[in-house]
Amino acid sequence: MIREITIGQFYPENSIIHKLDPRVKLFGTIAFIVMIFTVNNIGGYILTAMALAGVIRMSKVPVKYMLKGLKAILFILIFTAVLNIFFTPGTVLFEYKFIRISEEGITIAIKMAIRFIFLIMGSSVMTLTTTPNHLTDGLEKSLSPLKKIKIPVHEISMMMSIALRFIPVLLEETDKIMKAQQARGADFETGNIFKRAKSLIPIFIPLFISCFRRANDLAMAMEARCYHGGDGRTKMKPLKYYRYDYIAYFIIFIYIAGIIFLNQSTLF
Amino acid sequence: MSIRLENINYIYSPDNAFRKHALKDINLEIREGEFVGIIGHTGSGKSTLMQLFNGLLRPASGHLYYDKSDIFEEHYNLKILREKVGLVFQYPEHQLFETTVLKDVCFGPKNQGLDEQSCIEKASEALRLVGLKEKYWEKSPFELSGGQKRRAAIAGVLAMQPEVLILDEPTAGLDPRGKNDILEQIKKLHQELKITIILVSHSMEDVAKYANRLIVMNQGRIYFDDVPKGIFKRYQELEAIGLAAPSVTYIMDRLRKKGFAVSADAMTVDEAKEEILKFLGKDK
Repeated sequence: MIREITIGQFYPENSIIHKLDPRVKLFGTIAFIVMIFTVNNIGGYILTAMALAGVIRMSKVPVKYMLKGLKAILFILIFTAVLNIFFTPGTVLFEYKFIRISEEGITIAIKMAIRFIFLIMGSSVMTLTTTPNHLTDGLEKSLSPLKKIKIPVHEISMMMSIALRFIPVLLEETDKIMKAQQARGADFETGNIFKRAKSLIPIFIPLFISCFRRANDLAMAMEARCYHGGDGRTKMKPLKYYRYDYIAYFIIFIYIAGIIFLNQSTLF
Repeated sequence: MSIRLENINYIYSPDNAFRKHALKDINLEIREGEFVGIIGHTGSGKSTLMQLFNGLLRPASGHLYYDKSDIFEEHYNLKILREKVGLVFQYPEHQLFETTVLKDVCFGPKNQGLDEQSCIEKASEALRLVGLKEKYWEKSPFELSGGQKRRAAIAGVLAMQPEVLILDEPTAGLDPRGKNDILEQIKKLHQELKITIILVSHSMEDVAKYANRLIVMNQGRIYFDDVPKGIFKRYQELEAIGLAAPSVTYIMDRLRKKGFAVSADAMTVDEAKEEILKFLGKDK
């Protein structure tokens, strides 16, 4: 049950998108997110949807698998839509007692929902096609100029990669502890909210303890291998751009230009 | 009491790239009072199989009957089943969470809906069964040593007074003495309380000594299902799937090949000793 959470989990496949340099994917994702929020007409949405569909197609990750990730944010999606519909002032379409729905509210709700879905899909393409290690490598390299102003880029990216690396481990651990407690008759599914919250104690305490134990072991293992931060550390697989990466940059820029052009145009 | 599995298939992540067919067409019956060892290499499906026995996992197809009723039927009460089929996971000490050992062991009986007095009675009984001394009962479970923690955790399952006890690698990570102690306790439970035991392990030595029936798993299938002696005779086939017979079997086999008329059936050091002494005695 708990393994169903797919956000941020790497999906092994052999595709062009998987092979791209993580810096390209990071840049592309950021550009994509910024662009989503500047789009102001239907032409822009269509172009964005097409670009996204193309990338998903090329990544060979099953669409079904991607949509599963959306399920997790369905609640937030509906919540923001509801807030937008009911609390945006403007031309009133429908009124009943204190409920008031405006035309602007509906448009904003739809726009925001679409942007949100694009945002999640776009960023999950990146996390689904890039291993956590690769991703933080890319991040570290892209941010390395910040070292000049004394920002510990290497340490931050190391912490990130450790955190990402342990998500599946901890999910598995949670699953195991849940099963072990269920075997002792624990019940997580029935009862009111307080009872259910209380029933989580037998899961969380062992989980916390195991987190500390793992952290301790890991720190020890790193020390034992003389880890002392980023200075003078070399990489086994240094990042290098290939032809595909330049082509990908080119396509990203075309996309950005396309959106800017559509935003200016009066076609729609 | 009997557990019967019919054409069980289990598949992890059936509809994506992580798909794994973990159990293939398992047919199996475990009868009351047996001491069954389940052996297999890592990834052979033994842990998956174990979690089916008390309904923690649902198979993709097939039926599992406990006392002749299908546990995957819609209205079957799995909670009751889990009281009858106790499951001790690998490294069970990782599930301890209460402030004292006694309270932790009470968790199971409490979930059964018993009142505090009978909870404590059952917990004390279980703690005595696993041989954990009374002076530890009021301590935090996290202050205990590794072996003691494991006993406390096993007591946590025993306190529910199961009819069947399934243990996954109960001796993993313990020193030889702790290992023997735990296995002897399990043997005692089997003999004195007549609990059916299913011991999942990858150590032939452990299982050979205690189990009266062995099930060897390989790549999601049952490879052998026989008495230990019958299986260890075919140690070459065992080696082919990454397992081995107990070392004693090899010694006896070599002795035979060198022309000593000992029986190659011996599975434990004691049996081998007797066999060799018998042979030497005759020789004189």
